[in-house]
Amino acid sequence: MAKEVGTASAMLNALARLGRTGLNALERLGRGHLLFVSMIAGAASLAARPNLLVTQTYNIGVLSVLIVTVSGLFVGMVLGLQGFYVLSQFGAEESLGVMVAASLVRELGPVVTALLVAGRAGSALTAEIGLMKATEQLSGLEMMAVDPIKRILTPRFFGGLVAMPMLAAMFSAVGALGGYFVGVGLLGIDDGAFWSQMQNKIDLHEDVYNGVIKSFVFGVVVTWIALFEGYDAMPTSVGVSRATTRTVVHSALAVLCLDFVLTALMFGE
Amino acid sequence: MARERMIEILVGAFMAAGFVALFFLAMQVSNLSASGGGDVYRLTARFENVGSLKVRSPVTMAGVRVGRVADIRFDKSTYEAVVALHIERGFDTIPDDTFASIFTAGLLGEQYIGLSPGGSDVYLAEGDTFMHTQSAIVLEQMIGQFLFKKAEEGFE
Repeated sequence: MAKEVGTASAMLNALARLGRTGLNALERLGRGHLLFVSMIAGAASLAARPNLLVTQTYNIGVLSVLIVTVSGLFVGMVLGLQGFYVLSQFGAEESLGVMVAASLVRELGPVVTALLVAGRAGSALTAEIGLMKATEQLSGLEMMAVDPIKRILTPRFFGGLVAMPMLAAMFSAVGALGGYFVGVGLLGIDDGAFWSQMQNKIDLHEDVYNGVIKSFVFGVVVTWIALFEGYDAMPTSVGVSRATTRTVVHSALAVLCLDFVLTALMFGE
Repeated sequence: MARERMIEILVGAFMAAGFVALFFLAMQVSNLSASGGGDVYRLTARFENVGSLKVRSPVTMAGVRVGRVADIRFDKSTYEAVVALHIERGFDTIPDDTFASIFTAGLLGEQYIGLSPGGSDVYLAEGDTFMHTQSAIVLEQMIGQFLFKKAEEGFE
C-alpha cells in the first residue's frame, strides 16, 4: 500500500516538473514579446538622442565589417572553385557568375552574415547587458528614473536593425568579387560572359530586394534574441555565461529555420 | 569629444559602404544597368518561331554585341512572334536587306539574334522592320526530319 502511494507521488512530481518547464518556457516567450513591444515603443525617445543609435551602430556594424567582408571574400572564392568543378562537367562554365551571385544574394549573404553577427555582436550584447544586470546597473538606472529599456536596449536593437542589411549587402558584393577573382582570374572564364550572364539572370526585385528583406528580418531576430537573453539572464556569472551561449545557439537556430520559411514564401511557386 | 566624432565618421563610412555594396549589387550583379543604359534605336523583326529567345538576349553582328532584345510579342493576326530589338546608336549602318537569324551559343547555351549584313545602300532606321528573318532551330524538329529522311532512304 505504502509503495503504491510512493510511485503515485513520484509520478505526480514528474508531471509537475514537466508543467513547470512548460510554464517557464511560455513565461519567457511572453517576456520576450513584451520586451520587443517596449523596445519598439522606445523608438520615439531614440529620435531625441540619435547619438546613442550612432554608437550602437558602430559597436554592432562597424566592428563587424572586417569579419563579414573577409568571410564574404572567401565564401565567394570557394563558390567559384566548387561551382566551376560542377559546371565544367556540363560545359557551362560561363554560368559561374549566375551561380555565385544567386547563391550569395539569395541565401549565403543574409544567412552567413546573420550567423557571424550573432557570434560576433549578439554574444557581446548579451554579455554586456547580463553583466549590467548582475552588477545592478540596470536597477541603478531605474532608481534614477531612467527607463533602462529606452536608454540601453532600444538603441542597441535599432543599431542591429540598421547594421544587418548593410553587412549582408557588403558580404554579397565582396563575395561576388571573390567569385570573379577565382572564376576569371584563376580559372580563365571570359570576363564579359561572367558579368553578362550574371546580369541576365539575377533580377533586382526577385533576388536582390528579397535578400535585403531577409537580412532585415534576421537583423530583428538576432538582436532581439541577444538583448532578451541578456535582459532576462540570471544575475550571476553562471547566468550570464549561460545566456551568452543561449544567444548564439538560439540565434543560429532561429536564423536557419526562418530562412527556410522566408525562402519558401519568396521563391516558392 | 574627438572619440565621439571619430565614431560618427566611422559609422558614416559604414553606411556609405553598405549603400555602395547595395548599389553594386543593383548595377553590376543584377539587371538594372543594362535595361535603360545607353542611347539606342528600335528595330523590329518577325519570326515564325523564337525558340527560347528571351528579353535582354544579345543581338550580335559578326559576333560583336550591337544591342539587346527589348520585347517579344505574339501577333494574333499573322501568328508570328514580333521581336523588338534595341540597337546601340553607334551601329547605325545596318543595311535594310540584313538577315536576322536566331542562333544558339553552344549546344546548351543561350539563344541570341545574329545579324548578317546585306549589300544594300539603304540603312535601317528607328522603327524599321527586318525583311529577312530565320527562325530558331528547334533540335527536336531537326532530329525528326533527319530520321524521316533516313527512313525514306531505307525504302529505296
